Amino acid sequence: MNAENPIWALISTFGLMSLFAVGGAAAAVPEMHRIAVEVHHWMTDKQFSDAYAIAQLSPGPNVLIVTLIGYAVAGIPGALAATLAMCLPTALLAYYVSRLLNRPSQSRWPGLIQAALVPLSIGLMAASALILVQSTDRTIAALLLTAMVAVIASVSRINPLWLLLAGGLFGFAGIV
Amino acid sequence: MSPDSAPAAQEPDIPTAHAAPPGLLDLFLAFARMSLAGFGGVLVFARRAIVEQHRWMTADEFNETFALCHFLPGPNIVNLSVVFGSRLRGIAGGVAAFAGLLLPPTLIMTVLAIAYARFGDLDVLRRSLAGISCAAVGLLIAVVFRMMTPLLKRMDPLALILMLGVFLAIGVLRLPLPAVLLVAIPVSIGATYFLRRKVAA
Repeated sequence: MNAENPIWALISTFGLMSLFAVGGAAAAVPEMHRIAVEVHHWMTDKQFSDAYAIAQLSPGPNVLIVTLIGYAVAGIPGALAATLAMCLPTALLAYYVSRLLNRPSQSRWPGLIQAALVPLSIGLMAASALILVQSTDRTIAALLLTAMVAVIASVSRINPLWLLLAGGLFGFAGIV
Repeated sequence: MSPDSAPAAQEPDIPTAHAAPPGLLDLFLAFARMSLAGFGGVLVFARRAIVEQHRWMTADEFNETFALCHFLPGPNIVNLSVVFGSRLRGIAGGVAAFAGLLLPPTLIMTVLAIAYARFGDLDVLRRSLAGISCAAVGLLIAVVFRMMTPLLKRMDPLALILMLGVFLAIGVLRLPLPAVLLVAIPVSIGATYFLRRKVAA
């Protein structure tokens, strides 16, 4: 239990965080940002928003932004430790709960709890968006690009990958 | 990080019974494939593969299992892989699905992390990533907006207050997540319970 050991810090941080990740990975972004940028200074603001962009752009569950954070802290062992710490505890929990609930029950508690959690996870995701806007959109052009993508993605069913690539092109061209 | 919110629109139910239980390698490969296909959310691909392509579960069973994983904490799709795998093939099946879902993308992500550490300072890459970040945030805003629409339409004051409260506590005041949730979850469950009882009475 050495506080200096970065691997242990990663495991305890993300292991605990996963248990509070109500509403999935996007809802945990503010906490990841708070811990990685503000508390431990593992990454800069810019590195964090880059990590978010890379995680969005690559295949696989979006929760794998923790792989990038772990790598920034402690190389390949850090990447693996962070990933497992974020994914394994809740997977075990899900396994045991699903065995308990193997027969469908008539209880209304699951539905009630789920309804109660919905506004909380939306609030968390809105907070994610705010924090990422603050670290990403430092120019008017950047803000406009974000707003444009938000509108297009809201009104159309276009594949998000195209919007990400378009954003990359705008960036490549030096516009944002 | 688009949320794996509700399962997509209902397809017509497929009445056929299950196919034979898959082998462990089949499970691993199926989850690896859907994971690698899933840019910005794996759920849609998971549903297509499990229900339509392999017929390992019916649409109803899928929804039921998904609801369970959605209400538990943690990355939904990861929970889903373990629950699916273990329902089909026991603990070994859970491990195979979990590994299939996570191993290939984690390797890719690690390679990207190495590349970023080495080349992240290149100006071309910095600019492109900045643009991608802007777009990624825009996508997240669109998702939040979509999820918020039903609450706004119903003008459900309790839900809106809770949503706003969590947003301010986490996004503006930057309070730690566990502290906020330890207050917000009991309050929300309690209030929802009493409101429903009042409606029922």
